[in-house]
Amino acid sequence: MNDEKEIDASERVHHPWAWTVFFTILSLIWIYPIVLVFINSFKKKVYISKNAFSLPNKDSFAGWENYTTGIERTNLIGSFGWTVFITVGAVALILLCCSMCAWWIVRVNNWVAKLLYTLFLFNMIVPFQMVMFTLSKLADMLGLNTPWGLWIVYLGFGAGLAVFIFTGVVKGIPQELEESAMIDGASVPRIFFNIVVPIMRPSIISVAILETMWIWNDYLLPYLTLDLNKYKTMSIAVQYLKGGYGSVDMGAMMGCLVLAILPIIIFYLICQKYIVKGVIAGAVKG
Amino acid sequence: MITMVGKSIRRWWALFALPTFAAFIIGFLLPFILGVYLSFCKFTTVTDARPVGLRNYRVALQDKEFWHAMGYTTAFTIVTTIIINVVAFAIAYMLTKAFKGTNVFRSVFFMPNLIGGIILGYVWLLLLNGVLAHWARSITYSSTYGFWGMVMLLCWQQIGYMMIIYVAGLQSLPTDVIEAAEVDGANGRQRLFNVIIPLMMPSITVCTFLTVTNGFKMYDQNLALTNGAPSNTSELVALNIYRTFYGRIGFEGVGQAKAVVFFIIVAVVALIQNRLTSSKEVQA
Repeated sequence: MNDEKEIDASERVHHPWAWTVFFTILSLIWIYPIVLVFINSFKKKVYISKNAFSLPNKDSFAGWENYTTGIERTNLIGSFGWTVFITVGAVALILLCCSMCAWWIVRVNNWVAKLLYTLFLFNMIVPFQMVMFTLSKLADMLGLNTPWGLWIVYLGFGAGLAVFIFTGVVKGIPQELEESAMIDGASVPRIFFNIVVPIMRPSIISVAILETMWIWNDYLLPYLTLDLNKYKTMSIAVQYLKGGYGSVDMGAMMGCLVLAILPIIIFYLICQKYIVKGVIAGAVKG
Repeated sequence: MITMVGKSIRRWWALFALPTFAAFIIGFLLPFILGVYLSFCKFTTVTDARPVGLRNYRVALQDKEFWHAMGYTTAFTIVTTIIINVVAFAIAYMLTKAFKGTNVFRSVFFMPNLIGGIILGYVWLLLLNGVLAHWARSITYSSTYGFWGMVMLLCWQQIGYMMIIYVAGLQSLPTDVIEAAEVDGANGRQRLFNVIIPLMMPSITVCTFLTVTNGFKMYDQNLALTNGAPSNTSELVALNIYRTFYGRIGFEGVGQAKAVVFFIIVAVVALIQNRLTSSKEVQA
């Protein structure tokens, strides 16, 4: 209780240890659903539906079988590769094109720029269902039903948020720096990449995180747009495990779920600081 | 007035603005305009459209399942918005106080948010069916089961996200105002309700906006957890629209009309809600 005196008055709590205990229990409850999936991934499928809460024992232990059948049935490794390919490419393209576009919009600031900005804002309130049919048909016609074609589709549909955040940042950058570089004879692309981009760096990381979270987990857009005979993302692969008659091989499902969740948790542990910053930056859009 | 920098940049439109705008036309603008047009047509693909006036809208608005999905989604959105924001605010409020482990707890609460809706749906299918198995039932037993199952799922997913925003808001509150209230003899509850919450209105605006739109637009979790069962009664609007489009041949136009109605509702709700909560914002 001694250190309580050093804390600011408004921050004081009674019985700090009791709160620690309370939140420890709550945290354990919070991660329980994921732990439950992990435990069940080592049980034979009959035992999963019979009693999901029992630990694996001599009879029910399935070893790595759920993982191997899960990977075989869904080609999970392949779809993991495509998900990485689509996400990394689309996010890189969004960052590059939208930061350039945002800078152009703010600095030019004529009626064209203002119209563009309004259209991008409008994009943020339109639900995907509004365009899902026409977008998927159009992508099909233009040959964009491939993973690299999806980069362009994501750039188009995801431009709103990225341009919005970036224009907010560029508005706060004083023009004097760019002006003096221009007087020194630097070309426009050089000014952008050598002066503007370094200043925008924190917001670029934030947007990268937000767009990654969206595209990695997206289901409906790639499901409708991609040529599913050739390419699947992780979410699509997991959904495909559900048979046509609503029957699910819960064993293989558990294996796939663990394999889908694991990379996300690893990514989270590595980039936690940036993820939290990204979420806060994205929230400013209200 | 256009600046010198602006003048020289303007000439570079083909490099700076065009790529994003071209993709924007393909990925959003053209599909949107085409979508509005097709809602007045009968079609099976984009090329065989034939105008039918308001017929699609009439069929869509006479569809009982659509109205059921609308009511179900509205109830779902109201319930999740209240629970998520109250719980997230409470957790954030406690986790900005000084006791051991606050950073670890924040990380734990946020984590579910990173996992995709489809994956989360199956995680909760296991858990909820496991619990319901004790009464020999499952999540698809009735639409009420599905409703509360989805409420739990979405709360679990989003509380951490909103908590992060509330924590950021609480940490940037001006401490002098709160101290002044304390000196004036305000007790803990008065400080919370009369000082902190009014000052937190910007964060509350953002979070309610996000939870309302997320609730309205939810699709993946619905698909994975209940898939509308039993007999389409646990369908949210997004799933209902999808099934009208792709489930019945000849109903594409009706699906598109429903999508337009859905878009208008989402836009109006977002605007009203934004106006309402931001009018309550105060300056410190």
